[in-house]
Amino acid sequence: MPKYELVLLKNMMQPGYTGSLADYEKAGGYQALRNALGKMAPTDVTAKVMKSGLRGRGGAGFPTGVKWGFLPKDYQGPRYLCCNADESEPGTFKDRQLMERDPHQVLEGIILACYAIGAQSAYIYIRGEMVLGSKILERAIGEARAAGYIGKNILGTGVTVDVWVHRGAGAYICGEETALLESLEGKRGLPRVKPPFPATHGLYNKPTVVNNVETLANLPHILNRGPEWFASIGSPPKSTGTRVFCVSGHVKRPGNYELPMGVTIRELVFEHAGGMRSDKPLKAFIPGGASAPFLTPEHLDVKLDFESVAAAGSMLGSGGVTVMEEGTSMVWAALRLMEFFYHESCGKCSPCREGSSWLVQTMRRIMAKRGRMEDLETLTDLCKNIAGRTVCAFGDAEVSPIMSTLKHWRHEYVTLIHEAEAANLIRPESAGTRH
Amino acid sequence: MTLLEKYKDEIAEILSRYPVKRSALIPLLYLAQREPGYVTEAAMTEIAGLLKLTPPQVYETATFYTMLNLKKVGKHHIQVCKSLMCALVGSDTVIGWIKTKLGIAPGETTADGLFTLSAVECLAACGTAPMMQINDDYYERLTEEKVDKILADLRTAGTSPLKSGPYMWPESIR
Repeated sequence: MPKYELVLLKNMMQPGYTGSLADYEKAGGYQALRNALGKMAPTDVTAKVMKSGLRGRGGAGFPTGVKWGFLPKDYQGPRYLCCNADESEPGTFKDRQLMERDPHQVLEGIILACYAIGAQSAYIYIRGEMVLGSKILERAIGEARAAGYIGKNILGTGVTVDVWVHRGAGAYICGEETALLESLEGKRGLPRVKPPFPATHGLYNKPTVVNNVETLANLPHILNRGPEWFASIGSPPKSTGTRVFCVSGHVKRPGNYELPMGVTIRELVFEHAGGMRSDKPLKAFIPGGASAPFLTPEHLDVKLDFESVAAAGSMLGSGGVTVMEEGTSMVWAALRLMEFFYHESCGKCSPCREGSSWLVQTMRRIMAKRGRMEDLETLTDLCKNIAGRTVCAFGDAEVSPIMSTLKHWRHEYVTLIHEAEAANLIRPESAGTRH
Repeated sequence: MTLLEKYKDEIAEILSRYPVKRSALIPLLYLAQREPGYVTEAAMTEIAGLLKLTPPQVYETATFYTMLNLKKVGKHHIQVCKSLMCALVGSDTVIGWIKTKLGIAPGETTADGLFTLSAVECLAACGTAPMMQINDDYYERLTEEKVDKILADLRTAGTSPLKSGPYMWPESIR
């Protein structure tokens, strides 16, 4: 028996649950929609979500109800909801499970959000690689449409919501909400300068809300069981509800674990994910996806909620926890992530576009034992000149692996450089091969 | 045969989803890629016409996304994730196996045109690493035996029963 009550993963954990409409309805599905549409004012739905304390599960943790509240009240034209299913943050694989195993839970959340914000069209922007997920969602949309939950005049309430699946085509940056909108408009996924924010100028320049899959999947439960119930789970008042934590790396049982926010990393890794895969102790972990700075064994008792992880110098982000055992080179690990960010930099802002290339080259040089002490200053200097100087948060994200490994494991960089210097004393000609 | 002649109904359905035509661009590029495995210049020009865009507007979008191929790829495009989470549990070894078995390096295609190998960034399956995607399918928790079986299946049957179904990991919560 699981130690905590499951909310989002509950249905799919039942033996024989297929995620079909019939299964979802049997499990109480679409009850929140029946109770809300036409029976509650849209503003009441927003008020409940606000009261629940639900915060975005995509990475930034922005309060969902507040985000909805930014939409202009008196605007008469079309509004849009975009479900961010572009799950691309390395270390994160929860949305895939939510969509592929219980697609109607996500759809019900989408329809409820549309009702709250007055949108008649919703697009699920799913990462292009998830072909199976997009097929499962499309089939579920078909079922929901046939049953009258999607389309014109839903269940005779006069409410219209249509939902489409839109596949991305391979670009990490499209998980950034304004890049997602650009991509959905058929353009290169380059983030927009904010303000204006999507709430007023979003898809097709219309008021738009972009919410993550897991965020939306929480909505039916908040309406069914009440905002007070939701707010009592986790670390109230600021981090309420459960999180589907994705555990990867050197643990015995990697995978998705839904736990109340505020459990410690120690509990997640050692109780739920089975502990380390071998007798090598834990050396480092990333608490919230590749964008979150690395932490050390000293941080194992940090609570997994937004505030506690931030206070420890990292971020809860997307909930992707990656664990590394003793023996893992931290320079190598930071380089791997840096190569990811270099590949995914969209190229819009010079500090990020040029800086990521420079960072990768410098890191590769150090890793190949051709580095020199000045390289460490170069790395720090570059990182400081990227973070905070780009249109989107990618710039802050891409420097976190290097900055945090330099902070906690600087000696590993220094050792590699000393080895390089020692080799150069024996083979002085190799100095000519330096970059 | 033009795309419009070939996929008339599908194109109409795609266009009906969006109030602004350009939004149909990526879906149409996927359509153009479906059969040949890559997007031809002729297809891009035709799509530009369908959406009232200039060919460079289509090209600038097509070149941004890694899943839109502008060059011919093998019948089975093997994409092995090399990002940190997979690398921690052996994705470099997986790439090594495939390199040896097929005699191609990442970025290359076998002489018979059957396989292209790519080392790619995170595919959101870190809990079941190491993993790879071949065309539309994911293959996870790879071992050398599994890779052998998958390659053999693809050679003989064109598909493999080892591909992933709806994701659930771990399969039960303890």
